[in-house]
Amino acid sequence: MKFLAYLVSGISLGSIYAIIALGYTMVYGIAKMLNFAHGDVIMVGGYVSYLAAANLGLPALPSVLIAMVVCTILGITIEALAYRPLRAAPSLAVLITAIGVSYLLQNLALLIWGANPKAYTPVVSGTLQLFDGQLSISYVSILTVACCVVIMVALTLFTGKTRMGKAMRACSEDKGAAQLMGINVNRTISLTFAIGSALAAIAGALLCSFSPALMPTTGSMPGIKAFTAAVFGGIGSIPGAFLGGILLGVIEALARAYISTQLSNSIVFAVLIIILLVRPAGLLGKHTQEKV
Amino acid sequence: MTPGSLRVLNSEDVWDAKTELQGKFKRDPLVPITRTSYIPERDADKTPILECIDLGITFGGLKAVDNFNMTIGRTEIAGLIGPNGAGKTTIFNLLTKVYQPTHGTILLDGKDIAGMSTAHVNRAGIARTFQNIRLFHNQTVLDNVLIGLHNEMDYGMGGAILRLPGYWRAEKIARARAMEYLSLFHLEDHAEEPAGSLPYGAQRRLEIARALATNPSLLLLDEPAAGMNPSETAELMENIARIRDTFHIAVLLIEHDMSLVMNICEGIVVLNFGRIIAKGSPDDIRTDPKVIEAYLGRKGGKSL
Repeated sequence: MKFLAYLVSGISLGSIYAIIALGYTMVYGIAKMLNFAHGDVIMVGGYVSYLAAANLGLPALPSVLIAMVVCTILGITIEALAYRPLRAAPSLAVLITAIGVSYLLQNLALLIWGANPKAYTPVVSGTLQLFDGQLSISYVSILTVACCVVIMVALTLFTGKTRMGKAMRACSEDKGAAQLMGINVNRTISLTFAIGSALAAIAGALLCSFSPALMPTTGSMPGIKAFTAAVFGGIGSIPGAFLGGILLGVIEALARAYISTQLSNSIVFAVLIIILLVRPAGLLGKHTQEKV
Repeated sequence: MTPGSLRVLNSEDVWDAKTELQGKFKRDPLVPITRTSYIPERDADKTPILECIDLGITFGGLKAVDNFNMTIGRTEIAGLIGPNGAGKTTIFNLLTKVYQPTHGTILLDGKDIAGMSTAHVNRAGIARTFQNIRLFHNQTVLDNVLIGLHNEMDYGMGGAILRLPGYWRAEKIARARAMEYLSLFHLEDHAEEPAGSLPYGAQRRLEIARALATNPSLLLLDEPAAGMNPSETAELMENIARIRDTFHIAVLLIEHDMSLVMNICEGIVVLNFGRIIAKGSPDDIRTDPKVIEAYLGRKGGKSL
């Protein structure tokens, strides 16, 4: 029963990683860049929903919706100001810019909201008791897993069945050819950032509901872990991000429970290294063969 | 007639061959219009679909294309030929705004396309295929054509997320149209296969289908017969003529296969070192001494 409890907490933690990883993987798949500021957009989402709930007294759902709108605008702005001018630049320049944006957001948050942790009110409270109280699952966990599954299915349908999704897949394969088919590549990339950032706002609210201390650095560690999850599952692949996120959460929860709390992060990254040695493209990533 | 012997053609035979070809590919005589340009007689009273006026591009001091003037009639099949490195693909990249011209004007259906982006030019009516096939290899054959139909579908973000009736209607119409384009090129049985798994000739046909799906008024084909055997080339010729007759659009093709160019093109432009060295009907081009020189070298040169 204890194992089951650890597993459940691992899956719900993993679901948050998965939602964040979906943002990483979509941006990577289409813009071919690693948006290291993604974790900090989560933090902004957390603050906005916190402020909407605490200062305006709004219920959870509208405050998360406001956070989604703010993060979407933030994501599009970051892309337009920081990444679009570098579209033709080497990928290293874009990567360094992304790290710069990440620190910029953290320090702006520090300036605006201060370093003191804020106590975030979970979006839902209460726990579900199963097996005569032997297994208790918080409603936040259930909501997180449900959100993650819904988002995964919705994104798969969106990229698979709509004209914007097809445009995204076209841009991901060959931007030049996509442009010549009449697809506005800049707008498609903006749309990708908008979707990723809206997901980050949801992830922010859920993450802060799990661990209610909200600080300017709240997003950075989950951001890095979700990036790991995206690579783990095969970066660029939507089911890969989902699978990678869940597995990473479960490994982390079990390592924390059975091996060592302090070592749990090291174990997570050690597993990543081993997986990448065996499958360099990640679990569901496409192995590209070099033609000679 | 014994194999290997040459048959002497009499004038009637030549006449027959010519009328047969003209019947097949509807070739009208070229008539002069503005400046030094010629377009087929049947298009003469309408605005040409494409006019390039003194077009040029310079790459760091090298004039890749200079003083390029060309006019294409609304239903003309035109050819752009020249030795390797003459600047033919550069012209295509200028027409589609992949490169920005250093000077000169491009009029598409009488409208200047300066300031348009590549995607915008496509929407305005120019579609193209590529010398080295650039399909979306991991997407299905059907999706490749549906990507071409991107701008034909008119539902927005809300419709896509909430799956409003408009979404279903637009997707259904687009699918049916995509299947029509595929069946034109005998690809309908491969609709659900990844484009990269098609045989070479079929990939070339799919590229044309995808370009047509963007509803162009001018189709640019970059070496459509490259790597094809003679029977595939013959089929391609029929296809190009059929595209023009079905969709009433103009086609500009770059090609090294002279039998294809001479058989179906009406107006031909010959390019060498970025400059036009000859213009005219296939008969003019065939006998033009400058063209022969560009392809075969100067007569009376020192032989080794």
